[in-house]
Amino acid sequence: MKKLFLFAFLLVLTSSCFKKYDAKITIDGSSSVYPITEAVAEEFREVEPDIRVTVGVSGTGGGFRKFTRGETDISNASRPITAIEIKAAQENGIEFIEIPVAYDGLAVVVSTENDFVDYLTISELKKIWEPEAQGVIKSWKQVRESFPDVPLNLYGAGTSSGTYDYFTEAVVGKAKSSRGDYTASEDDNVLVQGVSTDKGGLGYFGLAYYSENAGKLKLVPIDDENPENGTAPVLPSAASVNDGSYGPLARPEFIYVSLKAANDPYVQKFIKFYMENAPVLVEEVGYIPLSKEAYQIAYERFLKKIPGSMFDDKSHVGVDLIKILRSENE
Amino acid sequence: MSNFFRLFSNITENKAKIKEGIIEFVLLLCSLVTIITTAGIIVILTVDTYAFFKEVSIIEFFTGTEWTPLFEQKKFGILPLVTGTLLTTIIAISVAVPIGLTIAIYLNEYAPKKLTQVIKPTLEILAAIPTVVYGFFALVFVTPILQSIFPTLSGFNALSAGLVMGVMIIPYVSSLSEDALRAVPNSLREASYGMGATRFQTAFKVMIPAASSGIIVSVILAISRAIGETMIVAIAAGQQPRFTFNPLESVETITTYIVQVSMGDVPQGSLEYRTIFAAGITLFIFTFILNSISFWVKKKYQERYE
Repeated sequence: MKKLFLFAFLLVLTSSCFKKYDAKITIDGSSSVYPITEAVAEEFREVEPDIRVTVGVSGTGGGFRKFTRGETDISNASRPITAIEIKAAQENGIEFIEIPVAYDGLAVVVSTENDFVDYLTISELKKIWEPEAQGVIKSWKQVRESFPDVPLNLYGAGTSSGTYDYFTEAVVGKAKSSRGDYTASEDDNVLVQGVSTDKGGLGYFGLAYYSENAGKLKLVPIDDENPENGTAPVLPSAASVNDGSYGPLARPEFIYVSLKAANDPYVQKFIKFYMENAPVLVEEVGYIPLSKEAYQIAYERFLKKIPGSMFDDKSHVGVDLIKILRSENE
Repeated sequence: MSNFFRLFSNITENKAKIKEGIIEFVLLLCSLVTIITTAGIIVILTVDTYAFFKEVSIIEFFTGTEWTPLFEQKKFGILPLVTGTLLTTIIAISVAVPIGLTIAIYLNEYAPKKLTQVIKPTLEILAAIPTVVYGFFALVFVTPILQSIFPTLSGFNALSAGLVMGVMIIPYVSSLSEDALRAVPNSLREASYGMGATRFQTAFKVMIPAASSGIIVSVILAISRAIGETMIVAIAAGQQPRFTFNPLESVETITTYIVQVSMGDVPQGSLEYRTIFAAGITLFIFTFILNSISFWVKKKYQERYE
């Protein structure tokens, strides 16, 4: 009798180890989209415990390599898919739907003790960060005549971070093109520490990190010198990122769903859940949600199964998502 | 009967011999570990450094004043890292040597026994503090204080890291110098007193010159400790290679650069990755020269009073 009990107990115990999932959704890709997708997946697991969702982190490029070989169902990306990656997908017969899920704004910050920087223009940022500035632009006075002669100390993303790629492309005009004589770190806490304790410091990193350290830093309004966006310098915020007035320093984040997976009812369930919960969850993990309208159009794009990229290998710096999405859906 | 005993004792003797042999072998193995490790490090450093210098001119490496190997416009002049290392080391040494030496003289010549019993363990505690703690101490405590004196001081700077590193190596200087002072024969001290010299004269004119070899060795060991120190400078001195001797600016040391690259995701086997081996061998050359000097000083002057 005792033995029987034990046996039954063991059976119950082991059966939970070999839990059978009805379906499996494999996701991989960008580390900066990971927090969003993982947050969605966590919530989704509670609603649909029989669907197994795994989210990996192998970078946007690494994620696309697996995705275009058909190894994953969904790929996280902090930039649009490139022409080369599209070609690789075509060769393997993979088609995909591109869905924007959030915005990430780049915060340009100075120390709270800095009392002279009221705003910066994109061309001033370019003057500071372009490779030619290396060893030359060393004082704030060189940036703008009205600034005092305070040494300019720079803090920015390390060379292997996606933020570095994006910032250099948006500001200097070419990805990975930057001066090298600044404090470069992949650890945003080092940058926060550096800028906050340095009167002449200037730094940039993801907006999420600014929000966590808002008391220690001063956010710099940016003038993108594009009269279509209004003439006044703009602070990054949910509103200014969404309406495009924060200009080139806001980037959209994407997920790519393979067309084959999009026909799977479980994946359809997941994407529906993703789009419904993104506004809340995106904000929770420190990013900026798209407008309700944009999520709606993006979801329609998925339902209509419109394949291909909206960008066709063009730059995604400072794009108006709603406009593009709408024109694509028609 | 006696034969049997002889046989028995032979067996135990043999057993003992084998045992001895095994022990000897284990001892040899243990001491070989250090030699093999050193040799292994040198081999690995040279192999990758050789590959590095196939692509980068050795002249540019040792004379260039810009170090940006991770960026698009690659510059491979290690001088900014060397000046960063030297700058923090000089600051640390100018704190540690005067204070450490003073402590050693005080403990050996002046201090009452009871005080010595308090000071010595306290110094040992100083040596037992993890360097990462020192680093944070420099960053969040010393730097803000210094900033109230020098308003233009940046958040990461050589001064604060160097000062705290100096405090960290005080025990190295003081305890080694104290050993050297204590090794001076008492007869010298007594002779000095006998000639009517004061305590101060005895300490500085007799004891220190007599113990000079040991003191020099302690200083050299402190320098090579400061050059190789990683955590304090990585946390508090900054990560920006800058060709400067201004202690108020942020600098990057050789060790910090190696940490920075090892922690990031630079692809293995790339030129960027090999820079850390070239930097490592530069560091190794520095400390190797210093250790050789201290070895030579020790050997040359040691026998004098023995």
